[in-house]
Amino acid sequence: MTGIRVADLTYNYGAKTALDGVSFEVGMGTFCALLGPNGAGKSTLFNLLTRLFVAPKGRIAIAGHDLDTAPRAALSKLGIVFQQSTLDLDLTVRQNLSYFASLHGLAGRDRARRIDHVLERLDIMDRSREKARTLNGGHRRRTEIARALLHDPAVLLLDEPTVGLDAAARAGITDHVHGLAADGTTVLWATHLADEVCPDDQLVVLHQARVLADGLARDVSRGQPLQKAFLAMTAEPA
Amino acid sequence: MKGYLTALIAIVMREALRFVHQRERFVAALVRPLVWLLVFAAGFRAALGLSIIPPYQTYITYETYIVPGLCGMILLFNGMQSSLSLIYDREMGSMKLLLTSPMPRWWLLMCKLLGATAISILQVYAFLAIAAAFGITMPVLGYVTVFPALIVAGLMLGALGLLLSSFIKQLENFAGVMNFVIFPMFFLSSALYPLWKMAESSELLHDICAANPFTHAVELIRFALYTQLNLSALGWTILAAGIFTTAALWGYSPEGSGIRRKG
Repeated sequence: MTGIRVADLTYNYGAKTALDGVSFEVGMGTFCALLGPNGAGKSTLFNLLTRLFVAPKGRIAIAGHDLDTAPRAALSKLGIVFQQSTLDLDLTVRQNLSYFASLHGLAGRDRARRIDHVLERLDIMDRSREKARTLNGGHRRRTEIARALLHDPAVLLLDEPTVGLDAAARAGITDHVHGLAADGTTVLWATHLADEVCPDDQLVVLHQARVLADGLARDVSRGQPLQKAFLAMTAEPA
Repeated sequence: MKGYLTALIAIVMREALRFVHQRERFVAALVRPLVWLLVFAAGFRAALGLSIIPPYQTYITYETYIVPGLCGMILLFNGMQSSLSLIYDREMGSMKLLLTSPMPRWWLLMCKLLGATAISILQVYAFLAIAAAFGITMPVLGYVTVFPALIVAGLMLGALGLLLSSFIKQLENFAGVMNFVIFPMFFLSSALYPLWKMAESSELLHDICAANPFTHAVELIRFALYTQLNLSALGWTILAAGIFTTAALWGYSPEGSGIRRKG
């Protein structure tokens, strides 16, 4: 079973094509980086993967569940970290997690146990009573990742999760999420920063609404530094 | 089923918590109708003669007449306020969190609606208590029988807010809602003057007022405050609530436009 299967996905904003026949697959427990310059269609793809939008053409399956025919089963397998922070700044870290758990129907002791587990996993247990407003950018992101893992999803989507973070926080979160993939979670990590991609990661390069490359990062870069290969690839019209 | 209830409690609690955090909102929501009641009505009572119309059985002061309308005003403003908070949620991204939950979307939006209505009703009761302190009282039982009427009216106006929020692109456009929704709905209704009074000046205005769902919400509240059921007002309010809710749910569906405004 694949973690994410995207087949022939097409989406337009009026006359502008945002995605044009996009297809790729991410295996279970794989870290897949979705690399593309600004405006490549990454956010549109995320909105379709999370069913905020519905594509007129193409299919998406999350952990084997078709998003169109079984949306609730598919969404229950999905953990999402949006590009823009979605924490309620007036609530504490624990309250934020508790609210989200409730939206997934989790309650009582099970909810408390899961919250403790993800807080420890993301190493933010000591912040759990602090209001989200008082956290720095790195800890806010950790809180959002912890929240996305609460319902033990098979697939984790992260849309440019390191935007606005300093180098140390960026490296910390990138390493941590690679660790999650090693533990069996399928990860789709959208970014425009090539240094967040490891050579053994799966890499899908999105440019001008199409998939330019799909394979192991080391194969896609063909021995060059990935940043250089990426710039060369996206310098010319697709 | 338990999961549905868990989500409902969480969403209502969050609305309540947000309300508690915004104490000035509570004060503003109370000051507005109180200014109407204590200042506007005092000046207006001399200019407006009221005849005895149902549900009243005797001559009443103008202050007494406009209490149900001002209850409606609180629900109307709150309905719009909750739509404002939905637009804010969408701009801040927390709406995405709600809409990507595996719970059915209609249920999540209904939870939002119920939460907002509960907060509105609390404010109406606070207003009625202050009005009573100023000597403007209703029959004691009326304070109980008005409760279901407030739920129906609150849901209808909350659903209108939900519908508007699915079409408004940005927070800044909310000023338009004031001009084109709140003011016409409030002034073209039976909140401030009885419909027969309106007919004296213009038949057309009277017909517009009679078709305004807010008029029916106000009349539903007015009769309920006097322990009476106005069936036609109830019917029209429920019908309007049904239409607004259906349209709002469509607006927020993936196929609709509610979330698509902001990619």
